[in-house]
Amino acid sequence: MKDNPFSLWVYLSQSPLLWLTVTLLVYATTDAVSLATRRHPLANPVLHAMWIIGAFLLLTGTSYTTYFAGAQFVHFLLGPATVALAVPLYENRTRVVASIVPMLVALVAGSVTAVVSVVLLAELAGLPRDLVLSLAPKSVTAGVAMGISESLHADPSLTAVAVILTGIMGAIIVTPLMNRTGITDFRARGFAAGLAAHGIGTARAFQVDEIAGVFSGIAMSLNALVTSFLVPLAVTLLLR
Amino acid sequence: MELRLRTNRARPTHRAAIDKPADAFLDATVMLASLGLILLCQLIGEAVVRGLGLPLPGPVLGLLLLLILLLARDRFALLVRGPLRNGGVETASKGLLAHLSLLFVPAGVGVVQKLDLLASHGIAITLVLALSVAVTLLATVLTFRLVSRLLRQQDQR
Repeated sequence: MKDNPFSLWVYLSQSPLLWLTVTLLVYATTDAVSLATRRHPLANPVLHAMWIIGAFLLLTGTSYTTYFAGAQFVHFLLGPATVALAVPLYENRTRVVASIVPMLVALVAGSVTAVVSVVLLAELAGLPRDLVLSLAPKSVTAGVAMGISESLHADPSLTAVAVILTGIMGAIIVTPLMNRTGITDFRARGFAAGLAAHGIGTARAFQVDEIAGVFSGIAMSLNALVTSFLVPLAVTLLLR
Repeated sequence: MELRLRTNRARPTHRAAIDKPADAFLDATVMLASLGLILLCQLIGEAVVRGLGLPLPGPVLGLLLLLILLLARDRFALLVRGPLRNGGVETASKGLLAHLSLLFVPAGVGVVQKLDLLASHGIAITLVLALSVAVTLLATVLTFRLVSRLLRQQDQR
């Protein structure tokens, strides 16, 4: 009888159910806190869910692989959620078509800035070459960025972390930064958020303004396209 | 959330379901079909991308596909059925997008695998990423504003 609680833990800690439950409950809590602070940028639900779950894994000595066996069900929905962006895009199509030219020009300017700035800054900081390559695609959504990283023979799992960190930092700074520039055009603000900070930026944009969310979703999708071509090119030009 | 509300309403014991039993049943079915349609778009997207070796992510092609379907539905009455009727796929999509941030948590927790790397290069990586994201945000928003202002001036002339 004595070792019963322990064997129960051994069983539970290996089952997908526990880690899926932990993911949902921790996120529900951090999201509630974010809502209670009226969506304060620093109360970013992803950031806080990440370190709380991470600490929990370290404390219980659970491997990420075991955790992911449960959390993969949530992770899987990233794909369908990308497809679902078609709906806000469809519903706001007239506004989107009306600003197609500024969008495309901003897309090129933003994508180039995202890749070139991270490669140059990382080189300047004296980071090792394989690390620089892993950081290069950090502004696009996780799945795409990992694919690019793989094709460069970099470290896709490090790229995934860089992508999430970029997304969180982008989501935190976007509102204060944009308020400081005095730009109140939510098409432009949303577009920048999605381009620089992919899905996490888009989630943030939807919290702030529906139109910002729509433009953010478009920027995120278009940037995934452009960056796939741009990163290999930029890497050959910038890193010799 | 909207998705939850819909399925709740579909429960036969629920007040709304008593008011409109046939409709409520249809609601739950349409919701399933709508999720199915979203998955199907992604599936076709992934298949085409792999098959043709296109350098774009499958879900992005799926997005284009669903957009084309929605636009085609407005043209052709033939398509107004199942998930493409009564805002079925719209409701399902908004349900998925309502908690977009949650979907990034599992990948983000992957940071626990990189703690040694963060211990040695963490500060540099964080600074590089923070600066780059700020510069990117500014470059994008300013270009967008500049171009749309230029276009407006041209229109006025």
